[in-house]
Amino acid sequence: MTKVTLTVNGRTMSGECEDRTLLVHFIREKLGLTGTHVGCDTTQCGACVIHMDGRSVKSCSILAVQASGSTITTIEGLAGQSELHPVQAAFKEHHGLQCGFCTPGMVMTAVDMINRHGGSLTEEKVRAELDGNICRCTGYHNIVKAILAADAEMASGRQAAE
Amino acid sequence: MYATSYHRASSVEDAVQLRSAHEEGKYLSGGMTLISTMKQRLAAPSDLIDLRHIPALRGISIEGRRVKIGAATPHADVAASRDLRALCPAICDLASHIGDPHVRHMGTIGGSIANNDPAADYPAGLLGLGATIVTDRRSLSADDFFVGLFETALEEGEMVTAVTFDAPEKAGYAKFNNPASRFAMTGVFVAKTASGVRVAVTGAGSDGVFRHPGFEQALASNWSADALANVSVDSSNLLSDLHANAEYRANLVKVMAKRAIAAAG
Repeated sequence: MTKVTLTVNGRTMSGECEDRTLLVHFIREKLGLTGTHVGCDTTQCGACVIHMDGRSVKSCSILAVQASGSTITTIEGLAGQSELHPVQAAFKEHHGLQCGFCTPGMVMTAVDMINRHGGSLTEEKVRAELDGNICRCTGYHNIVKAILAADAEMASGRQAAE
Repeated sequence: MYATSYHRASSVEDAVQLRSAHEEGKYLSGGMTLISTMKQRLAAPSDLIDLRHIPALRGISIEGRRVKIGAATPHADVAASRDLRALCPAICDLASHIGDPHVRHMGTIGGSIANNDPAADYPAGLLGLGATIVTDRRSLSADDFFVGLFETALEEGEMVTAVTFDAPEKAGYAKFNNPASRFAMTGVFVAKTASGVRVAVTGAGSDGVFRHPGFEQALASNWSADALANVSVDSSNLLSDLHANAEYRANLVKVMAKRAIAAAG
């Protein structure tokens, strides 16, 4: 067994696991953060997307030991004390989900995409950036709408702050 | 996944030493192929030597028109490099279409070419650019490096540390991707380099990435999509699978080459 230490959603967390343990299983089973989902388990669907050192990654295709020492953000780390993250609020407002299984990965992907392309997203760009996330319910239209709305909302927030 | 032991290398020397100490070990870079393969129990290395934390393997450096990309540089960094885009936008565009955004954050150029998947994008890019592959012990031309299906000239324990190339006068890449896997069903990289025109094809060859001398000759005398009109593509050495048969791929090779020329301008 190997000790893995991560900074998860601002807190230092440790646990013991086998070297072959996947990061997503470590997060769900050792750290008890079950918001990150296992969908396909073959790097296709994106339900397991988290941020590692500020970049979106598929936690089903990374070993926990590979991630040791890194800073992780999961879906549980996005919202403030009482308010949803703007992307979460936009998914709610625009009905960007039905069953909700893909939603944690979709939201983490959307936050990463806005971090990289903030303010310059177009429908075409959002659809291309969603290449690694599969939703079986919505047909994507409302997910795309929600991400564009969140991007506009966050861009206007940045302008107001400047 | 079968049990394995993980080691984090701190330097190239450390990695090579760790690898030589573990006969059934494997180097692990981004892991975007290796971890999936291990999950399916198609690979079972006794030990993994992680190269992702070796600073010397990461980053892009440019001197004049000479480009050097560290082996552990993720696809996302190649795609987003403004300095590289100013010199050779084709390689940035190629990197920006590998897998999906999350895969591009982890997967690396060194891992991609060491694996030499017959449908991977980078082998076409590097063969097309006439790149040099630098390892812990020697330098190899891309022509010598890529040998066959999942096969390279790398010896036991040998590790890719960087790739280098001179920015071409013009280059372009076009791929027809498999919508499920996002691998190239056929991808063609064209480049006008100081040593001549090079055309490299991935995703189509039954022996992996290959150059197309007929296209190269035609484009050397006339750099335009029209120049390819009467050049034939032999389908006898192309892949046939449930996605596309060899004849279909032969047609795709030409169509993608024309699109690559258009992209190169």
